[in-house]
Amino acid sequence: MSIPHSQDSSETAPLGDAAPKSPAGEAPQTGHRVVLGAPAPMKLDSGLDLAGFGLAYQTYGTLNADRSNAILVCHALTGDQFAAGRHPVTGKPGWWDNAIGPGKPLDTDRYFIICSNILGGCMGTIGPKETNPATGKPYSLAFPVITIGDMVNAQKLLIDHLGIEQLFCVIGGSMGGMQVLDWASRYPERLFAAVPIATAARCSAQNIAFHEVGRQAIMADPEWRGGDYLSQNTRPERGLAVARMSAHITYLSETALHRKFGRALQDRKAITYGFDADFQVESYLRHQGITFVDRFDANSYLYITRAIDYFDMASEHGSVAEAFKGTKVRFCVLSFSSDWMFPTYESRALVHGLNAAAANVSFVEIQTDQGHDSFLLDIPDYHRTLTGFLNGAAAHRGLTAK
Amino acid sequence: MTIPSLPTSNGRIRADLKLVADLVPSGTRVLDVGCGEGALLHHLAQTKNVDARGIELRQEGVNACVQQGLSVVQGNAETDLKDYPSDAFDYVILSQTLQAMRDPRGTLGELLRIGKHAIISFDNFGHWAMRLGLMFEGRVPVADGTRHKWYDTANIRPCTIRDFLTLCDDLGIEPERCFTVHGGGRTREVTPDSWRARLTARQAVFLLK
Repeated sequence: MSIPHSQDSSETAPLGDAAPKSPAGEAPQTGHRVVLGAPAPMKLDSGLDLAGFGLAYQTYGTLNADRSNAILVCHALTGDQFAAGRHPVTGKPGWWDNAIGPGKPLDTDRYFIICSNILGGCMGTIGPKETNPATGKPYSLAFPVITIGDMVNAQKLLIDHLGIEQLFCVIGGSMGGMQVLDWASRYPERLFAAVPIATAARCSAQNIAFHEVGRQAIMADPEWRGGDYLSQNTRPERGLAVARMSAHITYLSETALHRKFGRALQDRKAITYGFDADFQVESYLRHQGITFVDRFDANSYLYITRAIDYFDMASEHGSVAEAFKGTKVRFCVLSFSSDWMFPTYESRALVHGLNAAAANVSFVEIQTDQGHDSFLLDIPDYHRTLTGFLNGAAAHRGLTAK
Repeated sequence: MTIPSLPTSNGRIRADLKLVADLVPSGTRVLDVGCGEGALLHHLAQTKNVDARGIELRQEGVNACVQQGLSVVQGNAETDLKDYPSDAFDYVILSQTLQAMRDPRGTLGELLRIGKHAIISFDNFGHWAMRLGLMFEGRVPVADGTRHKWYDTANIRPCTIRDFLTLCDDLGIEPERCFTVHGGGRTREVTPDSWRARLTARQAVFLLK
């Protein structure tokens, strides 16, 4: 097949792709990159046109002869296209390395895995960090406000570019799960199966509220400079770190935090009667914040959280059932018992909507105390469920067992 | 006095499940309500090429099903069936679950709304051993009595074949076919008003429309 492997081959982008373009001072670490929205521009939900934009992606495994074994992995808020293998920026394993690879649930001996950096992201796909050709400066707040649907439309252009008529599966957790739902609703003929994980058919008021705290933290940082920090050679690191810290709490659970840290002190025997990180949990959160700013763009954080806020299938289609009416897609909805950011009742509401649309749906709640982040973890029951569902769907799709 | 659980036939699926499976034509849309670990759904998917789906209350059962590649949702039949559109399925199956429901009457109506046909199997509390047990031992019959007592049995709404027929009559439901399951897993088709069937059947399987 003409689509090459690319686990670690940023040099082997398919013909016609733009050369990886990098902001000054950074190595070209985006992997494959393709220019989409040309010659015809892509219409955004806001009504604006996006023309000739770059989209960065990675692939794992091999596309089969009839191009029927492709799985599109949709990443979450702070993820990127480096789902598996070693991440070129952080040097750590990709965010879903435990699920993608030979013999893993997303078995690269059997499936061709595609993961692209979302629209508005900051790892090579167009977003507020990229250069605005009209001004020669970073877009910053001149970048249009985007939606989950816009992200999906951009991914669909990538799938067209790769010559894949129908994806075997679209899968993702959290915001990635919202993209999965949007895919299944928008392009039902273009996917055989859909696996929305730890997600919901709408962003809840509580999640909008947490997003707003994060955005306000970023915008309150004087280094944000009205969004223009890149041109002014500075970065709102403190604001972005605080945004990450508050968000990180929502990814865990009270039980998991208590089990991990309790009230244990950090490198000291007694409290200091000061505002240093006395407690291990403080130190942990500070570390999460500090490491995050190295790899993420503050304006991207604003744009992506906004896209999540706007997601609401019922208001867009009248009802969840209406969004999936007559669908032939096989769904597997997964939730985690201790996830309070996307609680199981959100998944159950989604399942009720899918049932009302007479969709073929499986629904499993995994028992765990690890909170929302469970979708990134190697929980045996979770991975067995993914494997079983994909095996069943592959049999129905006529994919030969490996 | 109790009725032992039915033996498996040839180490494969239970006699009553085999009987239910035989009533389902190939290529149809089937919903198994209370599908457990998916034995019937798996059998149907393998042998009848049906569009097989399930709903199960117990999480372990659901996980086992989905891990086999079956399309099963975790949910409560008594609250979740209302979501399904009318005539979404050709056959809706309720095996050994009717008597565990809070509202068997409402559920039966829902089953025949979302399915063109329903297949219901249940323990017959009119079996002679049940009658004699109550009469001579003074003990309330418990169908799954090898494992349970009256206070922890899942069958909170025991009924006889006659009770079931009366309910069908009330709801205007017409039994199309009726089968009985006897000791050793033997099955036979009967007319529902046969007194002999009512006395000797350990379980009944009805095809309704």
